[in-house]
Amino acid sequence: MAVTVKLPTQLRAAAGNATEAQVDGGTVGEVLDDLYAQHAELRERIADDGGGLRRFVNVYLGGEDIRFLDGLETAVKDGDELTILPAVAGG
Amino acid sequence: MPADALKCKECSTTYPLDARYVCERCFGPLEVAYAPPTSSPDELRRRIQAGPHTLWRYADFLPLEGPPRSALPTGWTPLVRADRLAARLGIRELWIKNETANPTHSFKDRVVSIALARAQELGFETVACASTGNLANAVAAHAAAAGLPSYVFIPADLEDAKVVATGAYGTHIVAIRGNYDAVNRLCTEVSADRPWAFVNVNVRPYYAEGSKTLAYETAEQLGWELPDRVVAPIASGSLFTKVARGFQDFIDAGLLTGDVPVMCGAQAEGCSPVAQAFAAGTDVCRPVKPDTIAKSLAIGNPADGPYAVELAQRTGGAIESVTDDEIRAGIRLLAETSGIFTETAGGVTTAVLAKLAAAGAIDPDERVVAYITGDGLKTLDAVRGTADVTEIAPSLDEFEAAFAAAGVA
Repeated sequence: MAVTVKLPTQLRAAAGNATEAQVDGGTVGEVLDDLYAQHAELRERIADDGGGLRRFVNVYLGGEDIRFLDGLETAVKDGDELTILPAVAGG
Repeated sequence: MPADALKCKECSTTYPLDARYVCERCFGPLEVAYAPPTSSPDELRRRIQAGPHTLWRYADFLPLEGPPRSALPTGWTPLVRADRLAARLGIRELWIKNETANPTHSFKDRVVSIALARAQELGFETVACASTGNLANAVAAHAAAAGLPSYVFIPADLEDAKVVATGAYGTHIVAIRGNYDAVNRLCTEVSADRPWAFVNVNVRPYYAEGSKTLAYETAEQLGWELPDRVVAPIASGSLFTKVARGFQDFIDAGLLTGDVPVMCGAQAEGCSPVAQAFAAGTDVCRPVKPDTIAKSLAIGNPADGPYAVELAQRTGGAIESVTDDEIRAGIRLLAETSGIFTETAGGVTTAVLAKLAAAGAIDPDERVVAYITGDGLKTLDAVRGTADVTEIAPSLDEFEAAFAAAGVA
């Protein structure tokens, strides 16, 4: 499945200044793995040691926080848009 | 005690004191780090006491380069001894920090004062925020006083009073069809594209420092002493954690002797991700979809949630939640016993205070401070229909018939 991943400003330097990436995968987790394959530096910034996400990283699929879906197991389909954002805003 | 860097709370990477809020290495939150104080406690205390009756009297502990400035004086709110409420709850000594006395009637004037002053130092000409209402009021008012244009982003279903009052200051109100977390997500994206100071996004590290002044004032108003226990509301967890930091700052500077108080957090049951994490013994705050009358606390994805849980655990405190009915009762209880009419968030705080007291969690000898963060006139719907009104003709007979049992002086 071809999915667009939108990158926050804080990650762009580690992704060759790209603002988004075109990646493949059947789940959010697979999409992120493909993203790390394209931009190796991104893995250590947003993934924790156990293969999950760091605690201040939010990932949205079509605007919905993936924690309200099936997390990294959430299925994606062709044309979906995944957004990565810092979780430390607001309040 | 000048600020010397922004520092990641997770991995300690440091950054210059500019408009940023996220660690690029680990995505952790940045906060202001200060050089150790070079003044003696006596010198610091003298400078504070010679300062204005606003939060700027604590300029030694705030992250500004130049002389502090704000066109709308904020802070130095009353610390009210609440003996009647204390008696009702079986507490020896209870104080209410009455934040309804700020210019826009909530503690948000504090955080906005710092954020706006720092934003101006950094050269920003437009300010903005993601708000559950009180922050929108404060940003619009302080921007108006400073002569800066402002944009406030709010959930479209906000209480009418908060929207109307915000509009009066002449701001741009952007109402989002979605909850606060959706507003916050949008503002995170907009802040990357516009040269604006979003007080609680890209200048959030400075903004958050404003809540420390709640602790500084409390300690000074108690005669340079610490409370034993604090009860404060939790939305993002920023106020809760920064109040503790404020007490710690004064202890570290030699202005206070003792330990950070037992920190108790208050949430509404309909939006209690931090209370749920505390109850489960984890610092992982699973996000929720808020459903509560306490809209000013309706943050389902709290940025400082993990730190709030750690703080409550470390100080032997607790994080409790209360139902909407308990919130309404809390508003009533505080008003009837102290004369302070609070909004729903203060109802949450009062109800949690009452719940802790009823559970025997508060030692009868403790000195307790509760932070009442906003004004009841902003959330009238929460108490609508509860007033006891007797309508009569302008007739002495009717009055005497209606109030015959009320006694004659």
